[in-house]
Amino acid sequence: MGFLEVINVVKRFGANEVLRGISLSVEEHQVVCLIGPSGCGKSTLLRCINGLEEIQGGEIRLHGDRISGPGVDLNALRREVGIVFQSFNLFPHMTVLQNITLAPTRVLRMPEGEAQEKAMALLRRIGLEHKAQAYPDQLSGGQQQRVAIARALAMEPMLLLLDEITSALDPELVSEVLNLLRELAEEGMTMVLATHEMGFAREVAHKVCFLYGGVVHEEGPPEEIFKDPRSERTQQFLRSIIEAGRL
Amino acid sequence: MRPGFRKETRRLSNIPRDGLGFAGGSLLLVALLFGATLWVMGRVKQTMAANGFQALWADVLLVGVTLAPLALLWPSARSLGQARLARRALGQGDLIAARVASAEAHTWAWFTLGYAGAWVIFLLLVLFFIANNVAVGRTFFQLELIADSFGMILRAFWVNVVIFFFAGLLSLAWGLVIAVAKLLPGRPAQPIRFLATFYTDAFLSLPSIIVIYLVGFGLPLTGIGLFRNMPLEALAVLALTLTYGAYMAEVYRAGLESIHPSQWAAARSLGLSYGQTLRFVIIPQAVRRIVPPLLNNFIGMQKDTALVNVVGVIDAFNQARIIASNDFNLSAVTTVAILFILITIPQTRLVDQLVERDRARMRRG
Ligand SMILES: Nc1ncnc2c1ncn2[C@@H]1O[C@H](COP(=O)(O)OP(=O)(O)O)[C@@H](O)[C@H]1O
Ligand SMILES: [Mg+2]
Repeated sequence: MGFLEVINVVKRFGANEVLRGISLSVEEHQVVCLIGPSGCGKSTLLRCINGLEEIQGGEIRLHGDRISGPGVDLNALRREVGIVFQSFNLFPHMTVLQNITLAPTRVLRMPEGEAQEKAMALLRRIGLEHKAQAYPDQLSGGQQQRVAIARALAMEPMLLLLDEITSALDPELVSEVLNLLRELAEEGMTMVLATHEMGFAREVAHKVCFLYGGVVHEEGPPEEIFKDPRSERTQQFLRSIIEAGRL
Repeated sequence: MRPGFRKETRRLSNIPRDGLGFAGGSLLLVALLFGATLWVMGRVKQTMAANGFQALWADVLLVGVTLAPLALLWPSARSLGQARLARRALGQGDLIAARVASAEAHTWAWFTLGYAGAWVIFLLLVLFFIANNVAVGRTFFQLELIADSFGMILRAFWVNVVIFFFAGLLSLAWGLVIAVAKLLPGRPAQPIRFLATFYTDAFLSLPSIIVIYLVGFGLPLTGIGLFRNMPLEALAVLALTLTYGAYMAEVYRAGLESIHPSQWAAARSLGLSYGQTLRFVIIPQAVRRIVPPLLNNFIGMQKDTALVNVVGVIDAFNQARIIASNDFNLSAVTTVAILFILITIPQTRLVDQLVERDRARMRRG
């Protein structure tokens, strides 16, 4: 029994069945990468795990607790599961510091001072303490994404979901974000990330899952998936990635 | 080279026009305008004489106004000068110099035309004012009457201001409540959504004057203690709040819906509840965007405070009507009009400024 268990999950948008009985298991302190063509349902799966989307079949368990279906306290779940989005989604009307302290003070009812101290510690760690009073539109994309990660970390989640968090960044800003992820992985943060950064997946992931047709089409350790994929479909996907110069 | 995507490169060689005709025309226009002004001011002088009015300052003013259009000689002369330069450059085959000079000539000719147009409108207004032996002037702008009634009307105008102030604040709050009710998600909230929608539909279609009438006359008639003892002004505030709450709600709703769903996702994913997300993330962003339309509603409501006279509130307009019917003259009402204009103009400029600031922010991205 894994730390996170996705069991036969079905997700439909109207008639469009995006997830068709997908199963996935993540151990504690593991980094799992989801790869696959655009539109295969990577984002949808992550949103389901976070309870942002309702599922129509199957179930999701975290640490043994069912976290999908009726009767689940979504707000409690989301305290434990953080998510970072491709488009950062910082709150534009708040300073960096306010972005980070909002959830701890309002959801965890942490005193303002304590929340700010913790937020400043996080900002120091990502090297942005001098931007604490800046507004998101005064930051570069890479800085914004690091703040978004810090905002999620401020809730001290058990599990961090990352949805193509470098896809909207200029190439020279990607590495500052990836370095932060690398550090988190080394510290044992459990992470599930949808990504097109194959080099990074290869280096950091414990397991790579290739999503296709609404299920995990092929999974395994990165060496296996990238060097010696078994399925024709996976080979085809990786070829197109190599042609695009991304591997 | 493969054919297909590339067009042949050609030289831009259109020959500019020198603009001499346009410049000459503008000069002629200035001459005509001067003639017209001379004639109108002559009529003004005649009217003044007919009414036995004689004053040095008035004569000086008349002469000044008559000479004013001559100032337009300057731009039209510049236009003419540039047009001649353009013609010379064309003669020498210097297309670039010709283009520059001709553009200048056109600009100055247009400048002359624009000011001349405004001057013509001014002359027409003067003619209207003095027509029928200053009938218009006497009816609307009797200075002694304006001065006499000013204090009384200003005091009555305070009633408008108070009504407007309270109705404004209340409708801002009430509108937000309605907008949020309309957007509540899920099945259990369906009756609330329905009620809120019905409310806005109803009050958007009802003319405010009817709401004021029904509330101001009707509610006291019901004999319910609360309403029976309410001052008329408070009932007027209630009526305007009901009407403008619906308008404000529509603006709020547009603002709330304009916030990208990803902001909801980000807030909810951090564990914030629906209400917390609204309060800390969505509403602050929405309100920033809709300040200009909210202010426009404010201004609209301000004007509608003049309608409260239908239930007998002595506001500025009602006071002015009483005075006007005593004097057989509308100058007191003109005072009210001027007061409304005076308090509204700064607000409209503020809206313009906010809109401009918004636009600048959009351009920055
Ligand atoms: N809110 C939604 N409503 C309807 N269809 C959606 C919605 N979100 C995603 N989809 C559909 O689900 C499919 C998977 O999308 P997504 O999970 O974003 O793919 P990926 O992240 O792998 O590129 C797509 O076909 C997309 O059109
Ligand atoms: Mg995606």
